[in-house]
Amino acid sequence: MVILNNMTDLTPSDLQAIWLTLKLASVTTCLLLLIATPLAWWLAHSRKWYKGLMAAVVALPLVLPPTVLGFYLLLVMGPHGVVGDLTNTLGLGRLPFTFYGLVVGSVFFSMPFAVQPIQNAFEAIGKRPLEVAATLRANAWDRFFSVALPLARPGLLTAIILAFAHTVGEFGVVLMLGGNIEGETRVLSVAIYNHVEAMEYGAAHWLAGGMVLFSFIVLLGLYLSGGKLLKVAK
Amino acid sequence: MNVIRAQFKMQLDSFALDADFDAPATGVTALFGPSGSGKTTLLRCIAGLERAAGSLRVNGETWQDDKIFMPVHKRPLGYVYQEASLFPHLSVRANLEYGYKRIAPAERKVQLEQVVEWLGLSHLMARGDVVSLSGGERQRVAIGRALLTSPRILLMDEPLSALDSNSKLEILPYLEGLHYELDIPVFYVSHAMEEVARLADHLVLMNQGRVIASGEISAILARLDLPTAQFDDAGAVVEAVVARQDETYQLTRVDFAGGFLWVGKVEQPFGTRVRARVLARDVSIATQAPQGSSINNILNARIEEIRDEGADKVMVRMQVGEAQMLLSRITRRSRDHLGLLEGMYVCAQVKSVALM
Repeated sequence: MVILNNMTDLTPSDLQAIWLTLKLASVTTCLLLLIATPLAWWLAHSRKWYKGLMAAVVALPLVLPPTVLGFYLLLVMGPHGVVGDLTNTLGLGRLPFTFYGLVVGSVFFSMPFAVQPIQNAFEAIGKRPLEVAATLRANAWDRFFSVALPLARPGLLTAIILAFAHTVGEFGVVLMLGGNIEGETRVLSVAIYNHVEAMEYGAAHWLAGGMVLFSFIVLLGLYLSGGKLLKVAK
Repeated sequence: MNVIRAQFKMQLDSFALDADFDAPATGVTALFGPSGSGKTTLLRCIAGLERAAGSLRVNGETWQDDKIFMPVHKRPLGYVYQEASLFPHLSVRANLEYGYKRIAPAERKVQLEQVVEWLGLSHLMARGDVVSLSGGERQRVAIGRALLTSPRILLMDEPLSALDSNSKLEILPYLEGLHYELDIPVFYVSHAMEEVARLADHLVLMNQGRVIASGEISAILARLDLPTAQFDDAGAVVEAVVARQDETYQLTRVDFAGGFLWVGKVEQPFGTRVRARVLARDVSIATQAPQGSSINNILNARIEEIRDEGADKVMVRMQVGEAQMLLSRITRRSRDHLGLLEGMYVCAQVKSVALM
């Protein structure tokens, strides 16, 4: 009954944080797939001079402290920011300290984790299968959907897993951009932080341990299936 | 109207492509030349996979000129690569049907069952993946996949060169079949003289990005001014028909206009068109009909041309029968010793004939 006792350490607020985190990661991952796939395609095939510039911008969140990213997003989306004015005139209100603000932040924050595996996959396919498809009467869209996307599947799966997991682990951007509003922006990492601040180590353990397990399972799945999926791609 | 008129100019890293030629859009046309001579690039230009400046008309239809550039997927062609390049995410059947599904039903002149039967693919149709196929099987699927788009021209880029010799033998009959059974013109890139002599009707000879000659294969291979005459396996191509069987000695006589050759027995019926190759090194010359020779094929010939080849050899072009050319590579010493001159009547002794 130790487990049940310990379960009681998880408050409804904690469960809400878990739910919110999963929701944030799911929405972010879906959006990222829609944005990162064409972007990765462009980065893999473009010969424009500003391709390097775009690649660097996409990769920026890899090296930038999340607080810095969060700070600038806060400014841009805030009352005096360009995006803030836009969302306000559109009647959407201001994004900071809302769930959708977090989504925007997460999309930027996890962008490189989605773009890079997909870009690598597109580059690994090479020109040949697409040329073959063209000689078999497939137009550009057809080639993309019938050849490029299926062959890039391992890269897409990697992108989904990495983007989801990376968003789940987000902390700095959330704190800068969304604060700590229960049911709206209080995600898992923030909830753990709160527990620790309040010396509630039991609850912190449950959440933190769960995160460790989740991350481990994600990576294990990635490596186990990754090897197999990559072979199929060849 | 069955003609291809091509003219391309393109600067590449290592050479400049500057090709200008006409070729009949019937039978097999070989783009032949040493590696790096621009054959593959030229084929890719025809397919629209490379964008060179120039123009291309196929059977009276403009595929490219100053204003028009028909995209690859709109050109009614089939393309077979050196490596089969099957789609690894699709089954054998889905690979075959990929192009078939993408053409209008009214244009589907070649049917799946036809191709499967002709290429002997029925036992592979249940295969879920193409990765486990052998090299020869893959190439057969690739050829079938291209044929199923009912192409008006089939472009083949060294389809045999990536295969081991067994797989080559497996594929060659089908390539010959394209020649006789399917009425699809083929452009075939190769650097192997033997393949070309066996398959091609028409030869486009390339060197350093330029087309140096284009014409019927027998005419081109009989020309002494072209690099083909300097190959170790230089020789003439003889188009002939099966005319008589000698059961006693197990020989077959094949006739060409105004002459014949005895070859090892073949089982084809009378009247079958066959192609024989007579290498220059297998033909010797005598000024008088030799007495007591073991050689079966001794033909009366007229010397048309003699050309020095290096310090010690000469190449002799002779006419036998009504219009057939034979080449003979002999030493300069023999030429002087026999006093051979253009216009002289001699006997050509053919030591060996290879039926293709």
